[in-house]
Amino acid sequence: MNETVTTSAWARFLETFFRPDLIEQYSGAIAKGVIVTCQVAGLVVVTGIAVGLALAMIRAYRIKPVNFLIIVYVDVLRSLPPLVLIVLTYFGLPALGSTLSGFVVLWLVLSMVLAAFAEEIFWAGILSVRKGQWDAARSTGFSFTQALAWVVVPQAIRLTVAPLTNRTIAITKNTALGMVIGVPEILNEASTAQSFSGSATPLMMGAIAYILLFIPIVVAGRWIETRFAWRRS
Amino acid sequence: MDRDAVRVAAELMNEIYLSFFNFEIMREALPLLLRGLVVTAKLCVAVIPLGIIGGLVLAVMSQSNSRSLRIAVVVFVDLFRAIPPLVLLILIYSGLPFAGIDISPFAAVCVGFMLNNSAYYAEIYRAGIESVDRGQTEAARSTGMSSAQTMSYVVLPQATRNVLPDLLSNTIEVVKLTSIASVVALQELLYAADMARSLTYNASPIVLAAAIYLLILWPVVRLLSMMEHRVGN
Repeated sequence: MNETVTTSAWARFLETFFRPDLIEQYSGAIAKGVIVTCQVAGLVVVTGIAVGLALAMIRAYRIKPVNFLIIVYVDVLRSLPPLVLIVLTYFGLPALGSTLSGFVVLWLVLSMVLAAFAEEIFWAGILSVRKGQWDAARSTGFSFTQALAWVVVPQAIRLTVAPLTNRTIAITKNTALGMVIGVPEILNEASTAQSFSGSATPLMMGAIAYILLFIPIVVAGRWIETRFAWRRS
Repeated sequence: MDRDAVRVAAELMNEIYLSFFNFEIMREALPLLLRGLVVTAKLCVAVIPLGIIGGLVLAVMSQSNSRSLRIAVVVFVDLFRAIPPLVLLILIYSGLPFAGIDISPFAAVCVGFMLNNSAYYAEIYRAGIESVDRGQTEAARSTGMSSAQTMSYVVLPQATRNVLPDLLSNTIEVVKLTSIASVVALQELLYAADMARSLTYNASPIVLAAAIYLLILWPVVRLLSMMEHRVGN
């Protein structure tokens, strides 16, 4: 009798989260969501890291008022929840007569957040490069900018790979927040399908899509962490 | 023509003031937002200790002699680092009722955050434990301490000190993350602000919520920045 109870509970679990007919019906919608998620994620990673590196390099010139602004920008974006920024930008901007699509808002906000964290990481990397490297580069006739770009930054980047990878993964996962402003990413597609079908199966499909998408990156991040670990002397 | 530019700029400033920094609306929304802040505080008090304890248990398990236990911890940690917290939260909150389990928004957030946060805290504690010299364990064991005593009186205190900046940084992320509870209609700070926004058709309550988050988290972010730079040197 106990066995029957276990079997029916298992059957019920499968019936709730893995209904084959619904999996077939909604896999197209989820696949479309996967494409949108990948597009936003790719754009965010490229924009966020590029802007973050640019800010860290600007900070290296140590121009007081500029650096003050950079520090304020970084602090504010590290203190605010991304969802607050997303809601504020998406629902606030129309009051100024400019409407941005949910896709663009998600891209902009997450890129700005990633840029703030990336700036801090790159800056720590730049600071960790020995002063002798600067002196040697300058003594060969490099200008400050050349020394920064060709000698210091390449060495700094090696140190930043591990923390930057982890931070990038964490922020890229925030693409799911796009659901709140109607971006048709995985979670949004899954959630819509759930309310149409009256079943939790599409939600489980969405979760599995995310796992398939991110597990390789998380595992790669773990490998990178041991390969490029900060070596404290 | 210059006068036109000045007029346009003045109108824009006025528009920004009325739509984002409308003090009249902010004053009306403040009591609602403060009630939301209390819920956010309660959430933090519940989920931060849950995450830290969960992470600590996982980190200690990851040092076990049993290979299968160590692999189980890695699978758990990577799985919950791959699923976006919002996806997990919605799967729990909207999915479980289909399996006949009704769950309150508060409990759903606690369960989701426990799974997600303990994965992150576990990675931090694991790095901390591994940063403590093996000689410490050997010396403690040779004085007659059991391995549990060694872990709790010798290894963990040093491990915690070594990863204090990372623990603080993750805790800031957890506080910010509580804003996603608004999606499952838990009436925390962002939910309250968004409700005020839809009642007044004005984004000022969201700006006020952002200001509250900033007021609370900025000092912590500054402190963290100082700690990180001290460790860096």
